[in-house]
Amino acid sequence: MVIHSSSVRLDSFTLESGATLTAVDVAYQTYGVLNGARSNAILILHAFSGDAHAAGISEETGKPGWWDNMIGPGKAFNTDLYYVICTNVLGGCRGTTGPSSLDPATGKPYAMSFPVITIRDMVRLQKRVTDSFGIERLLAAAGGSMGGMQALEWAVSFPQGVAAAIPIATTARHTAQQIAFNEVGRQAVLADPDWNNGDYYGGTPPARGLAVARMVGHITYMSDESMREKFGRKLRSREKKGYDFSGDFEVENYLRYRGSEFVNRFDANSYLYITKAMDLFDLSNGSLTLASVFEKVTARFLVISFTSDWLYPSYQSQEIVRALRGRNCDVAYCELPSNHGHDAFLVDVAEQSDLVRGFLASTFSRETR
Amino acid sequence: MSATHEPRRGPFVRELLGRSDYAIIGDIVEPGTRVLDLGCGEGELLQWLAENKNVDARGIEIAAAKVRGAISRGVSAYQGDIEDGLEDYPDQAFDYIILSQTLQETRRPLKLLREMLRVGRRAIVAFPNFGHWSVRASMLLSGGAPRNKLFPHDWYDSPNIHFLTVHDFESLALKEDLTIEKRYFLAGHRRVALFPNLTAEVAVFLVRR
Repeated sequence: MVIHSSSVRLDSFTLESGATLTAVDVAYQTYGVLNGARSNAILILHAFSGDAHAAGISEETGKPGWWDNMIGPGKAFNTDLYYVICTNVLGGCRGTTGPSSLDPATGKPYAMSFPVITIRDMVRLQKRVTDSFGIERLLAAAGGSMGGMQALEWAVSFPQGVAAAIPIATTARHTAQQIAFNEVGRQAVLADPDWNNGDYYGGTPPARGLAVARMVGHITYMSDESMREKFGRKLRSREKKGYDFSGDFEVENYLRYRGSEFVNRFDANSYLYITKAMDLFDLSNGSLTLASVFEKVTARFLVISFTSDWLYPSYQSQEIVRALRGRNCDVAYCELPSNHGHDAFLVDVAEQSDLVRGFLASTFSRETR
Repeated sequence: MSATHEPRRGPFVRELLGRSDYAIIGDIVEPGTRVLDLGCGEGELLQWLAENKNVDARGIEIAAAKVRGAISRGVSAYQGDIEDGLEDYPDQAFDYIILSQTLQETRRPLKLLREMLRVGRRAIVAFPNFGHWSVRASMLLSGGAPRNKLFPHDWYDSPNIHFLTVHDFESLALKEDLTIEKRYFLAGHRRVALFPNLTAEVAVFLVRR
């Protein structure tokens, strides 16, 4: 299934902060066919470094989408039954307007003049896009990690706009530890002289800083166990230790590779803006309790966490589940066994698929009853 | 305590999903209601109730693999311990709370029963009757902890930790000022009416505050 990206342009979009962006582009891909009643649309929400290419083989790059194992004919998000949409988030660098986009007012990239954005802004922009497709109510909004935050925000911001939310490996708000890891990543970018106060477009990007930021990120996405299994203390193409700093261990090599690869596809300023959006996210939004924000929620929920995910530990999902129960919302929850850490939602998909498939089928049959 | 519903005389109970107590529960639950099944397993009963009685079906189950099974069949189940899983729910959130063959396995059955009747308007409680003659005979004759069809486990690996009889449940209901709206006594697939404390293998009660 060869997929190509499309794009829609909105004349203007006002952010939660009050700032207004003009000529906002949103990159998206779709899979499957929207039914006549427009009742089978599912919005897939990508994680921090993801993009609109969630499934199929990209016409441009020849690579499979980031959730290709979950989306497609006969898969969990079954494109024989459902119409699946994925958009690149606001502030991103993969086709949707972000700090690397040209500011129509100046003709130059926004860089640090791009306004601070929030998870709610991302979701409100997605709603504008699905509205423009003539879809009043989504069957589901689903995603892991930052995608899970968006799924939660969808259910809260648009109580009638979505029948089901599937937040996976996520949280209703970042803890100090999660903010801390993001801050280390941001500081790595800011400390790179090439960052140049964000003004590096047309010059040398802060590749070293961004690569270090990504290395930290990758550590948090894996688990102690998965790193031991994958790398252990294996040496990298050497018989002996080198007694220098060129990198003795396989794990060093891996992190360096993932760091430098990331630089080719991601913008450092987007890194700053999007991690900030995650840190600012608080579903309770000033309310005394999380339960009170679910007051108007009508969506069903499928909440999934993974045993070895220490970046978004299960207790954070359970907190969401308990708040939903407090409002007597319809919530299914399961902690799946995995040793893949936070990455589990991307790679350990067999059981996750069973849950999603059954949950969607029952939601669809209720919606069309 | 008042019995508003006398056991029907028809002696045989059909099976639902291979179980007579499920058939009774399936009869009790009114259509279009909200139901929470404690220890819902793979959600077979809830799925049946959702499909046949159009109920809003939820479940709690502690075993992860069973929760996966339940969610896969479209039941809103969540993984948790039934003994502390109810505290988040608001009062009277459900029309029925079902506790099938689990009361005798709970650590604090009275606390649970009270919680069930806080969260639910009615509770459906099914349990194996420790007063059944075969249990008494087993203990009397062997001198050991009873082992039979109803209680098949050795004492050291039995999940059952609070044994109760039909009498015990009815006395507790009286003491707690609960109304028993319906009572069913089963021996195999047969309904029994005479001396249920001696003849019932399984009892099913519908109670409310």
